[in-house]
Amino acid sequence: MEILVILVPLALMLGLAGLAGFLWSLRSGQYDDLDGAAWRAIADDEPPQEAPAKR
Amino acid sequence: MQVTRDFSHYVRAAGEGIKHIDLAVEGVHCAGCMAKIERGLSAIPDVTLARVNLTDRRVALEWKAGTLDPVSFIDRLEELGYKAYPYETESAEAAEVAESRFLLRCLGVAAFATMNVMMLSIPVWSGNLSDMLPEQRDFFHWLSALIALPAAAYAGQPFFRSAWRALSNKTTNMDVPISIGVTLALGMSVVETVNQAEHAYFDAAIMLLTFLLVGRFLDQNMRRRTRAVAGNLAALKAETAAKFVGPDEISQVPVAAIHPGDIVLLRPGERCAVDGTVIEGRSEIDQSLITGETLYVTAGQGTPVYAGSMNISGTLRVRVSAASEATLLAEITRLLDNALQARSRYMRLADRASRLYAPVVHATALITILGWVAVGASWHDAIVTGVAVLIITCPCALGLAIPTVQTVASGAMFRAGVLLNSGDAIERLAEADHVIFDKTGTLTLPDLEVTNAADIPADIFDLAGRLALSSHHPVAAAVAQAAGAKSPIVGAVEEAGHGVRATVDGIELRLGRPSFCGAEALISSVTLDPEASIVAFSKDSEKFVLSVRQGLRPDAQAVIAALKARNIGIEILSGDREPAVIAAAHALSIAEWRAGVTPADKIARIEELKRRGVKVLMVGDGMNDAPSLAAAHVSMSPISAAHLSQATADLVFLGRPLAPVVAAIDSARKALHLMRQNLWLAIGYNVLAVPVAISGVVTPLIAAAAMSGSSILVMLNSLRARNASREGL
Repeated sequence: MEILVILVPLALMLGLAGLAGFLWSLRSGQYDDLDGAAWRAIADDEPPQEAPAKR
Repeated sequence: MQVTRDFSHYVRAAGEGIKHIDLAVEGVHCAGCMAKIERGLSAIPDVTLARVNLTDRRVALEWKAGTLDPVSFIDRLEELGYKAYPYETESAEAAEVAESRFLLRCLGVAAFATMNVMMLSIPVWSGNLSDMLPEQRDFFHWLSALIALPAAAYAGQPFFRSAWRALSNKTTNMDVPISIGVTLALGMSVVETVNQAEHAYFDAAIMLLTFLLVGRFLDQNMRRRTRAVAGNLAALKAETAAKFVGPDEISQVPVAAIHPGDIVLLRPGERCAVDGTVIEGRSEIDQSLITGETLYVTAGQGTPVYAGSMNISGTLRVRVSAASEATLLAEITRLLDNALQARSRYMRLADRASRLYAPVVHATALITILGWVAVGASWHDAIVTGVAVLIITCPCALGLAIPTVQTVASGAMFRAGVLLNSGDAIERLAEADHVIFDKTGTLTLPDLEVTNAADIPADIFDLAGRLALSSHHPVAAAVAQAAGAKSPIVGAVEEAGHGVRATVDGIELRLGRPSFCGAEALISSVTLDPEASIVAFSKDSEKFVLSVRQGLRPDAQAVIAALKARNIGIEILSGDREPAVIAAAHALSIAEWRAGVTPADKIARIEELKRRGVKVLMVGDGMNDAPSLAAAHVSMSPISAAHLSQATADLVFLGRPLAPVVAAIDSARKALHLMRQNLWLAIGYNVLAVPVAISGVVTPLIAAAAMSGSSILVMLNSLRARNASREGL
């Protein structure tokens, strides 16, 4: 059971890391536009160049 | 005179040499729009940021200072097919956003703590059955306390604060039993941990907070979203005024940038956005939005004008006494204050429930303690059992019963085109059994339309429409819009106060007063509508008469019928003249109506109904309706309403149809039904669980399972409010 000495702090640290990540994402405004974020994930990238320029 | 648009009021500095502006954009609803707008705006040189917020329907823009005018962004968006207008966050919305973020932070902390405490609790629960060493169990309890205590202190803030507010006002609300329950559970667990006892309830306490925060956050988020949409709509109304910046130079500035003492120009066909006094010019003004009266009032030097008045014929110079919504008729202010005070006495369902609930629960816990002592248990064991009763009855399900339904129902209303202004509006709306409609702007549409368009030959109507484009008169604007006219007739001349004339291929066309067109003879032959304005059109010797009036909302009749089918009483209270009110009442077959009513009369009528025990829903838009909107049990305004009415109404509906009124009533009734059902579910759960708790056999495992089970049940039941609207019409 000595393993607890390592595992418990480890578990707590991981949890705190998760919480810190959440608070950071909240502060950086990632929850401000949930509808838009859903679409941005599947939106196409910027077109390579303006198409008419090539022709 | 030089006219420029000036949006500098809305531009903020955002760091070194960078300017920032927020625009509300109409018609953004998909990923395609988002990409189109962002690319379109980023293509402008010197734009450093263009980001669409799809939830709030806004665009944030940043650019290098000095090179670009914000007007160019609005023009660019117009080219892309979107109407946009600068947006300024009101303090109310900023507060909602801050509150929403705070709740989310609390929720994050509580959820983190719950997960970690659960991770520690599960070994303890299983260890109690098998062979866990007491030292290990105590170690896990201490760890749980280490996580749960600070987390609860932080995440419990919304509840503790609200409970404290209620107690210091000598009332009680749902947060009082919640706070007591959580505090006692944590306190007892600490004592038990110190005494190396078998059970600690850190997990139950922190899980309770998490569940409740989920409900709170959803509720708050819906409110924030409604507020954002309402803010956008207000911005997109694009209320501007032509302000004199020099003796002969005017600038079109947003109303927010106008100060008392400024002089603004009010041209024919413009709606006044400020309160003030006429200092120069003569005209007729339409004050129907303020008084409900559809007859025009003559305005000259010294006449007071109020925000919302429409200028009809001449150009006026107005000295501003107060911008936008700051002042209004003293009489209306006084009535409004009284009415608002009366309303705040309404007690919400949740508070009524908690007023009954808290004493019962706390008495039960006390009796449990005394009972166990009486039968010979030790004080320690008796108190532990008593606290267990409090934990098991802690109103988790009860705390969720109402906010979750409210969230789902306001979402359903939102989709039906109804915005909620106040939190308890749903409950009050569900109780309404009598609807009072204002006529002008509520049963009728705020804009004018041509009623006899079908009687006029299409080519003539088209010509009249094109000619009308050259006039600023609102009646002419209505003709032009009805005819769908696009290209004005070249060389048309407007004769102020008479009409417009033009000559096409040697034929003279005239549009205006019947006398101007020589069509007086025709007037008597047209069945005269008391509300209509008559315009004549002459093409050489051919004469026609157009009747222009505020039409009824397209579905008004169906809505009235639907309300009658729901056994709801209907009446009209209007400040307008009797013939006009009779006409509307007949068209809609409403038997009860009163015409020429003053704001005080309207309140008197509502009070009279109140005394008879009738719950009145007032639907109105004018400034004269504002006091009665506040006095009624619940109130509703169209989005076109005067500022003040919109701010006073509990609900605001969008668009031309009147159908949202019925949809909102249906949603509210269903929601109230579900709220009651949820309360009964919560009570039923307590009836089952409390005997178990009193008997003293509750373990933390049972507490946690019972609490999450009942909460999930209540949440699922609330989801049924989703498909409440759009039935029966």
